[in-house]
Amino acid sequence: MASAGIAVDRAALFEFLTRMGDNTLILGHRVSEWCGHAPVLEEDIALANTALDLIGQTQLWLGLAGEVEGKGRNADALAFLRDAAAFRNCLLVERPNGDFGQTLTRQFLFDAWHHVMLTALTRSADPRIAEIAAKAVKEAAYHLERSSDLVIRLGDGTDESHKRMQRALDDIWSYVGELFIADDTDRAMVEAGIAPDPASLRLEWDAIVSEVLREATLKAPTSAYVHKGGRRGVHTEHLGYILADMQFLQRAYPGATW
Amino acid sequence: MYAQLVKSEGMKSAAELSPQERAFQDRIDRGEKIEPKEWMPEGYRKTLIRQIGQHAHSEIVGQLPEGNWITRAPTLERKAILLAKVQDEAGHGLYLYCAAETLGVSRDQLLAKLHDGSMKYSSIFNYPTLNWADIGAVGWLVDGAAIMNQVQLQKTSYGPYSRAMIRICKEESFHQRQGYDIMMKMAQGTAEQKAMAQDALDRFWYPALMMFGPSDKDSVHSTQSMAWKIKINTNDELRQKFVDQTVPQAEYLGLKIPDPNLKWNEEKKGYDFSEPDWSEFFEVIAGNGPCNKERLGARVKAWEDGAWFRDGLLAHAEKAQARRAAARVAAE
Ligand SMILES: [Fe+2]
Ligand SMILES: [Fe+2]
Ligand SMILES: [Fe+2]
Repeated sequence: MASAGIAVDRAALFEFLTRMGDNTLILGHRVSEWCGHAPVLEEDIALANTALDLIGQTQLWLGLAGEVEGKGRNADALAFLRDAAAFRNCLLVERPNGDFGQTLTRQFLFDAWHHVMLTALTRSADPRIAEIAAKAVKEAAYHLERSSDLVIRLGDGTDESHKRMQRALDDIWSYVGELFIADDTDRAMVEAGIAPDPASLRLEWDAIVSEVLREATLKAPTSAYVHKGGRRGVHTEHLGYILADMQFLQRAYPGATW
Repeated sequence: MYAQLVKSEGMKSAAELSPQERAFQDRIDRGEKIEPKEWMPEGYRKTLIRQIGQHAHSEIVGQLPEGNWITRAPTLERKAILLAKVQDEAGHGLYLYCAAETLGVSRDQLLAKLHDGSMKYSSIFNYPTLNWADIGAVGWLVDGAAIMNQVQLQKTSYGPYSRAMIRICKEESFHQRQGYDIMMKMAQGTAEQKAMAQDALDRFWYPALMMFGPSDKDSVHSTQSMAWKIKINTNDELRQKFVDQTVPQAEYLGLKIPDPNLKWNEEKKGYDFSEPDWSEFFEVIAGNGPCNKERLGARVKAWEDGAWFRDGLLAHAEKAQARRAAARVAAE
């Protein structure tokens, strides 16, 4: 396989890297909103830890994106100085936290995809990407283990916890499909051996999710409708508010260092 | 401090002590550590529960003022550092609740008392974090004041508390350095950033001094706690040390401590300084601080909203146990 930067279009690679980094940035932001408000102290700790891992991964993905772009933007410039339409995260990660069941369900569905995706990326033809993936996949494995375990326990807990988990699954399900739809960017990555075809991850994702849902006594929704747009910059209303919070200081005091 | 105004049991004179109490006091005087299963006077146990419990509550309520800025942290690195700090504070809460559990009180019992207002947390967390420099000021001053207290508590007589303090202190000094680093950036930044830094110091200075509690020179509670080595230094000693340490740090930042009476006193080799407004302190303790309702309200809401989660986990554990038992029976 050709080495990256030679065989692949810079713009497409930049696009791919912002998709990875924006997913972790926006999900990390959402998870961090829980700090101090979790149902038990152990979850306060675990959620902060998850958010921390995701923000750490964001620094790597967006840092590399900035390098690839070659216009002098670093990870912070990309995180804090782009507007919503330039963000490439999937819609799933910008869903509001809701109750803990909704946060957990969002996390679990994402973790299952993230783990499968990162595992594939450890074999990327671009060594910089393989390196980031090798580090991130360990964290994702831990996140998936934790979220799976909690989904099972709460799905198969009380009637109330079961009902909440099923409702969360029904609410969020239609935001997952976007992660498995390939476009030109993905095709360019596949061709260069940089990243897998998103559709090829579905089988393994299905296997993970259906096994956990079975143990959790939860039913996968049958609706096939898929909400999409995030990966090409068309977001839900929520992202604007996330960015208004996140970017406030950088926008209000341009040029300051922190 | 994180444990302010902790009521101790009345001090008994040496003649009033039973032989068992005398032997206990002798052990403490020899510097021995008291361990959970060993005999201890009821007053010692109760005082420790109040103090450790209040300290634990302070750690978890303390997540809130700093959590207030996580989503608005100005860079990814600052965000990561702040997340890690808030995570540490929750971890401190956990160690401390575990230390309290060794005295026969559960975390849930202590939380119930926090939620119904019968146990307190440090007054400092009832002040708002209004600009980004406040996150620096909290690390620098609040963690700084906490360290002042906790370093001496590493030598406390109760083994599990002392060991928790040793672990916690390492992380707290890290937090203080990170807070000071934020202040440094702000103080050396733009005019607006410098103004934020000064504003943060203006608002946090006196509340930080209040963390040590009112003067306890003549307090019977303190006397007993000191005899038991639950408390090592007086509130005034710690406050003085804190001021002496902090004034040069503020000078280095080029910030002004909001006290016209602050002056080096060559004779005592320390600074003279103004007392905080103790009537404000008692108002905050009584529930009338700027953020008491939000802070306690947030904790109560988290607890109540999380009831279904905790019940769900418990129910699952019971089901899993029943299934294992049934499988064992079937196998026999
Ligand atoms: Fe702490
Ligand atoms: Fe603290
Ligand atoms: Fe701390």
